[in-house]
Amino acid sequence: MGLTNEHIKQRLTEKFGDQLINFEEPYGMLTFEAPRELNLKVLNFLYDDEELKFRFMTDLCAVHYPDNKGKELAVVYHLHNLVDNCRIRFKVFAPVEQPDVYTATGLFSAANWMERETYDFYGVNFVGHPNLKRILNVEEMDYFPLRKEFPLEDQSRVDKDDEMFGRG
Amino acid sequence: MIEESFTTAEGDLVINVGPQHPATHGVLHLVITLNGETIKKVEPHLGYIHRSIEKMSESLTYRQFIYVTSRMDYLSAHINNHACALCVEKGLQIEVPGRAQSIRIIMDELTRIASHELWWGAMSMDLGAFTPFFHAFREREVINEIMEETCGARLTMNYMVPGGVMADIHPNFQRRVKDFITLYKKKIHEYDELITGNIIFQNRMKNVGYLSSEDAIAYGVTGPAGRGSGVSCDVRKHSPYEIYDKLEFDEVLETAGDSFARYLVRIREMNQSVRIIEQLIDNIPDGDFQAKTKAVLKLPKGEFYQRVETARGELGVYIVSEGGTTPYRIKYRSPGFSNLSALDHMARGSKLGDLVAMMGTLDLVIPDIDR
Repeated sequence: MGLTNEHIKQRLTEKFGDQLINFEEPYGMLTFEAPRELNLKVLNFLYDDEELKFRFMTDLCAVHYPDNKGKELAVVYHLHNLVDNCRIRFKVFAPVEQPDVYTATGLFSAANWMERETYDFYGVNFVGHPNLKRILNVEEMDYFPLRKEFPLEDQSRVDKDDEMFGRG
Repeated sequence: MIEESFTTAEGDLVINVGPQHPATHGVLHLVITLNGETIKKVEPHLGYIHRSIEKMSESLTYRQFIYVTSRMDYLSAHINNHACALCVEKGLQIEVPGRAQSIRIIMDELTRIASHELWWGAMSMDLGAFTPFFHAFREREVINEIMEETCGARLTMNYMVPGGVMADIHPNFQRRVKDFITLYKKKIHEYDELITGNIIFQNRMKNVGYLSSEDAIAYGVTGPAGRGSGVSCDVRKHSPYEIYDKLEFDEVLETAGDSFARYLVRIREMNQSVRIIEQLIDNIPDGDFQAKTKAVLKLPKGEFYQRVETARGELGVYIVSEGGTTPYRIKYRSPGFSNLSALDHMARGSKLGDLVAMMGTLDLVIPDIDR
């Protein structure tokens, strides 16, 4: 276990200076934010650096924060270092009007389908993706269903006793 | 829209396999470009049974959303529930009693054996042998009966809850699990005699669907499929949850990277699961089966991640909480989704008939992929 969170943080700060912000360690997983223009540079650095070697992309997803003006969509990357068994998470934020983020398909083949899924549900436009089309929903769909403006259940329903569902 | 088969300008034949096809084990649609009998490209079309479990979970409380996850990878229902329960427990800092931890692990491993049994039967059937299916179901049925007795259900058990397990084990549980292990040990040699050592099957699986360890990592292939390519990715070993770090078992690794390697990993994993159960079944500690928790669970604001090893690979549960009674966002990293994404790469250049062997040893469960 040679790789510690402090060391990763130090390597990243040496390379990118104060462009990376909000370093946190919730439950031991190093988490930080990067400007969205830099996402590919950060991924490249994490992948290629001789000490970091984060070469296994386990998870890629988006989160929608409608109240976060100008930074509504967060794209969250979970990366894993198989040598030191270490994991990090980093986020980039994009505005919902023009959610352009560079694709990571050049580095991780796994990103191909994960980015298609993220596009499918949140409409994040991965610039440079070889085949950016819907994966789980039908192609004719013209909206992005996991965004927060689509409520799942009518909250004004009165025929359902919420107390019985543990929401009282 | 499903188009009929056609011939391209270059003379390649484009055909459909699925969405209703015996070898796809569910509604999976593959559009395959063929040159003669050689596969040039496989394009999976997913989503036929997409239910948007992630969106659904956003409107359910932390006790409720766990039940929906049984419907993702229904062959690893216990393990899916386990992942969610662990994630919620992490956020609420609930201490799970030792009895519940042992029961959970026994249930997980029984599920893993049942899942691999079904895979073994179904895969053999894909390759043209019908008998193994009955052999596998003979043992699997015993596990299902154990589940039915303790959890009340055979497939979607909903047995793991935040804080422990739903109910204590049935008085017959220990005896019946031990009976199962005796039965299993008596019968497992039949598996090897029927399939593993069978030269026809070996020829159909060896050097078919080769996936190098570099590609396995690049595509995020985990579980037995990843370990068949020599990638050491068993979450139970590398980031142990519950009491896996105190148990003795081996991570099964094969380096050949072909279908036969993936086959061997699963067969040997069943033996390791039996080993784990044997260590625990006589040593289930006394005490509570569930920690005392509040009626309404509220996760603090923040992000929680938990990964577990299901029968198919690494399941990651990522919860973003804003402090309410329902999750703000849940993302399930399902193993089948990433494993299937490597199929195109694996299949290119091989014969159409071998595609069935590749899909069989990837162990696809479509609800897990579509969610």
